[in-house]
Amino acid sequence: METKSARRAFWLLLAAGGAVLAVALGAAHYMEVHGHAVTGMNNQVVWGLPHVFAIFLIVAASGALNVASIGSVFGESDYKPHAPLSVLLTVALLAGGLMVLVLDLGRPERLVVAATHYNFRSIFAWNMILYNGLFAICALYLWALLERRLGRFARPVGLAAFAWRIILTTGTGSIFGFLVARQAYASGVIAPLFIALSLAWGLAVFHLAQCGLARLAGREPMDAELHARVRRLLAIFVIAALYFVAVHHLTNLYWAKQVAFERFILVSGAPYPALFWAGYVVLGSLVPLVLLFHPGLASARATAAASVLVALGALAFLYVFIVGGQAFPLEIFPGYEVASTFGDGRADGYSPSLPELLLGLGGLAASFLIALAGARALPILAPAEVAMAAPAPAK
Amino acid sequence: MNPVDKRRREFFGQAAAIAGAMIAPGLMLYEYAEAVGPDGASRPRAPGEPVSGKVRWGMLIDTTKCAPGCRECVDACNRENGLPGTTRATDSQWIRKVDLKDLKTGKAVSLPVLCQHCAEPPCVDVCPTGASFKREDGIVLVDRHTCIGCRYCMMACPYKARSFVHEATTGQSPDVPRGKGCVESCTLCVHKVDKGGTPSCVEACAAAGHQAIVFGDLNDPSSEISKRVRAATTTQLRADLRTDNGVRYQGL
Repeated sequence: METKSARRAFWLLLAAGGAVLAVALGAAHYMEVHGHAVTGMNNQVVWGLPHVFAIFLIVAASGALNVASIGSVFGESDYKPHAPLSVLLTVALLAGGLMVLVLDLGRPERLVVAATHYNFRSIFAWNMILYNGLFAICALYLWALLERRLGRFARPVGLAAFAWRIILTTGTGSIFGFLVARQAYASGVIAPLFIALSLAWGLAVFHLAQCGLARLAGREPMDAELHARVRRLLAIFVIAALYFVAVHHLTNLYWAKQVAFERFILVSGAPYPALFWAGYVVLGSLVPLVLLFHPGLASARATAAASVLVALGALAFLYVFIVGGQAFPLEIFPGYEVASTFGDGRADGYSPSLPELLLGLGGLAASFLIALAGARALPILAPAEVAMAAPAPAK
Repeated sequence: MNPVDKRRREFFGQAAAIAGAMIAPGLMLYEYAEAVGPDGASRPRAPGEPVSGKVRWGMLIDTTKCAPGCRECVDACNRENGLPGTTRATDSQWIRKVDLKDLKTGKAVSLPVLCQHCAEPPCVDVCPTGASFKREDGIVLVDRHTCIGCRYCMMACPYKARSFVHEATTGQSPDVPRGKGCVESCTLCVHKVDKGGTPSCVEACAAAGHQAIVFGDLNDPSSEISKRVRAATTTQLRADLRTDNGVRYQGL
């Protein structure tokens, strides 16, 4: 039975999320009417802050399926009650990310062109198929999880979803990995790096959503034993992501032709080194690891704090990866000092504009709204928590 | 010869002449489309006539003749294609002058950089809708009707040759449609080349007395560009990527 305060909190949150989304749509309209001249993006940095948010949401969407996969594919029954929320979050995050991506197009009204004209040599075109496919698979998965009579399909559909999300994140990473011309990208390691990042970011977002929704319903988030396992898992994922990031940079440092780029991104090219070291490495990875491993901090609150830091670190990482990667000038004439009216040989500045930030936040808001409304409309929260909540005094 | 045979012979002769007269223009048009003159210049293409894959349009830029500070090619491109000619970071620049200084020797070089019209163009590979495409004759273009403005081609281009139209356009040329929210780049003045003309930058460079840019068919061994490419050492930018550029540089 839902309490009055829980109902009020739900509607307040819905209104707040709706307001952010409305402002974001207004910002997108403003950008479309005036063109991208009103953003910080230019002919050097062609993908800016909206892409940071969009890629974060899309990568986290794939990772949010972790919990469902652990239950359905790897047979860990403790995770199974949490599978519906895991799948719902995947849908919500993916929708939010795609919304930002589409609204940042130069011609967003031509979405139908993108849906009807495919160049199958393009990893971007493949990703459109993969994104839509994930929506369809998640819908079936959710159905199989929530409808008792379809329970026997949960495992095969879960397996399909697991395989699909691995391929999907490989595709997302390969958007960058296949860019042969750019020093920042053009690497096969980016695909597994993105998978490792997705595992960490997705689990962090899942934990936050789980805590938030449980609190809204006046319930305990999850039992202590499972919480301990989620903590360890999140820590392992954060370490795995750090490992792939380290491999990527170390490989570049070994190649003479990449040293200038590495110096730019890790040492001299402000603001990217600060965002990388302080934002991603320290605040987004090392501090969360302390929070997750320290025996004296084994609380849901500490895990939630670690999750928030992992998500913020993700945004810092992506800003460095996407914006910093473009800010470094293309090396068309190695061995020469280069100058032109088109920014050749010069690291170009990029200052994100307010409309871009609002559009990015709108993506988060859209994901939030879908998750919130979905969790209310569907029996998403784990039954175990209902049982746990029973002794708690009604508010 | 009896009169009947004579009339019959005359009839066949006249019929053959008429048939020949009817077929010949078609054959000539076909040859027009296919043939390339010894000067390597383009030939007009009949309306509806498909582009020939036997031709590979290209440019040779002789950096030893390109004058530092000269912007004739850039200005001509802007005039021809209705570009504003301003150089903010959001403005389109289809061709730009790049000044180089060798870090070891201090040798200075000035040269124009434009779309390299690659045989293996990364922009065409990555374009999700197929809006970026390469014609049979090697000219790489953007279809304004199917470009969704995702800018992935700009991420993929090794030469920074593409521009995104960041705001509403003014002063468009009827031959060169442009539009806010789409990506664009050098078309090799395809609207002129298809009528037998030469890209404006090439004409402007010649008019300024530099003759630093040669335009022609790389597939025609008798064209000037082919002879020059055979005779001198030329460079393709980022040759390591094996994109097989249609634009070559001499003296770099």
